[in-house]
Amino acid sequence: MSVPASSTAGLFTETPFIRKKRRTERLAQCLFGAMALAMVIPLLLILGYLVFKAAPLLSWDFLTTNPTNGMRKGGIWSALLGTVYLVVISLCISAPIGVLAAVYLNEYAKDNWFTRIVNLSVVNLAGVPSIVHALFGLGAFVLFARLDRSILAASLTLAIMTMPVIIASTKEALASVPVSFREACWNVGATRWQTIKAIVLPNSISGILTGVILQVSRTAGETAPIMFTGAVFYRNIPEGNVFAYGIKDQCMALSMHLYTVTTQVTNAPEALPYAIAVTLLGTVLLVNATAIVFRVWLRNRKKW
Amino acid sequence: MTTDTLTPSSAAAGVDYGITTRDLNLWYAKFQALKGITVNIQKGIITSLIGPSGCGKTTLLRCFNRVNERYGYVTTKGEIKLLGKNIYDEDVSLIELRKSVGMVFQRPNPLPLSVYENVVFGLRIHDDKGLKKSDRDDAVEKALTEVGLWNDLKDRLDEKAITLQLEQQQKLCIARLLPLKPEIILMDEPCSALDVSGTRAIEELMFALKGRYTIVIVTHNMAQARRSSDECIFMLMGELVEHSRTTDLFITPKNRKTAEYIEGRYG
Ligand SMILES: Nc1ncnc2c1ncn2[C@@H]1O[C@H](COP(=O)(O)OP(=O)(O)OP(=O)(O)O)[C@@H](O)[C@H]1O
Ligand SMILES: [Mg+2]
Repeated sequence: MSVPASSTAGLFTETPFIRKKRRTERLAQCLFGAMALAMVIPLLLILGYLVFKAAPLLSWDFLTTNPTNGMRKGGIWSALLGTVYLVVISLCISAPIGVLAAVYLNEYAKDNWFTRIVNLSVVNLAGVPSIVHALFGLGAFVLFARLDRSILAASLTLAIMTMPVIIASTKEALASVPVSFREACWNVGATRWQTIKAIVLPNSISGILTGVILQVSRTAGETAPIMFTGAVFYRNIPEGNVFAYGIKDQCMALSMHLYTVTTQVTNAPEALPYAIAVTLLGTVLLVNATAIVFRVWLRNRKKW
Repeated sequence: MTTDTLTPSSAAAGVDYGITTRDLNLWYAKFQALKGITVNIQKGIITSLIGPSGCGKTTLLRCFNRVNERYGYVTTKGEIKLLGKNIYDEDVSLIELRKSVGMVFQRPNPLPLSVYENVVFGLRIHDDKGLKKSDRDDAVEKALTEVGLWNDLKDRLDEKAITLQLEQQQKLCIARLLPLKPEIILMDEPCSALDVSGTRAIEELMFALKGRYTIVIVTHNMAQARRSSDECIFMLMGELVEHSRTTDLFITPKNRKTAEYIEGRYG
């Protein structure tokens, strides 16, 4: 039986209602896309602007020589190295403690008042402004523990600041490992530690690392917590020696140096603050990029 | 109700029991999920556990290896004996208990490891004297042969277990238990994620394993309970309603509620 042409004419064709829906759909897509783009543009603008302004000063020598002439000449070596020290030492303190604490909270802790208090402290500690950490560090490490103003005291202060965030991100990474894996382990009689070692950690390590490495930029960028606890305006150290600082020394730091040259130093070359900022950003981006590559590599090895 | 009415007539004196419980009650916080369960499950046979959703089948199953205790808010009262040994005795080690009582889940849950490592996982974690590689290889071959996977997988032992078909994954999950020489295998709806042929394969496997292991299987599938089990337990709202030989339970249920359930009047 042949169907008359007229009866199929209106079949599957667009009604005004559908047309309207499609318009809304396109509008929504454009809007969301524009917002996503809006995230990228400032980043590119900032980066481009900074690099452009910093160009006259950027060179290898800038990185490897100490500031001179009241910080108007020379490079930023002592500040760069100071920042590296602060970041590395503070993460060496906060990462192990934070990760282990998170493993306890996520894998061992029963839901009781103690756990709740710990969790509550973590959340609250994560929300404390960095200037408060600074004052705590000053009181606890510099004065009470008699570390004086030193790299160690500053690193400890930074560690206290980053630890709760590391705990939170690690807990999240651990929680993303399916419970069924843990059940499978328990049901063949694995202890919790065996389960964690064999299954939970290998499958959450990339998430844990991401959380830790995100704290690098935070540590490198903060000025307040180190200002009272170990960072100084100016310090001369041997150039080209990466072990130039001792743990009890005071140090310069990029974030603080940037603050100093913009607010305290008159007649500094215009490019100087920009060059410092580019170095700071560059260091952080370098670390993040390494982390991403490492994570992709780890992720490719895991499949479930 | 006395114990006798709940126990199949065939299970007269002198029968070996794999699992026995006396007046078992379990609470999730305030909610009572098991109410006075008294049951004798015979050794070496397949017992199926049926009942509507939420009646406590999974809960009962998880009592037998004390996995429920992993949740802090669970309270258990009553007695559970496996092979005559009270599993709440002081000297019972949860690790040894769970080693002897294997569990298979609704969704196949192979570990994110290779096929080989999945099978030897249990051996590795209980290995205190450094098992030789050849011993492990033997264990893998034996276990995979037993579940009928050896021929398919012997060249793919290094592949991720997660890449297998669901049916193979589920068999692998059973194979994973075998190197530990369990006494009892608990299966919680082991076929509900599988298609017809997968279901048949698992059922055949259960038949092959029967005798050496005491098998308890939870199922929503009446036909499966009928086909594959020797005895059948019907539960309702946390209570044990009827326990008898499967043929008796399906043909001449003693309890009206059982009859209504197997006729599909509620489910
Ligand atoms: N972890 C838990 N916490 C609180 N209540 C629970 C928990 N697990 C199960 N329950 C409750 O206990 C009762 C019995 O649950 P159970 O999982 O044993 O039922 P089931 O017979 O296995 O059901 P299904 O056929 O859907 O798997 C249900 O009412 C359920 O809501
Ligand atoms: Mg269930």
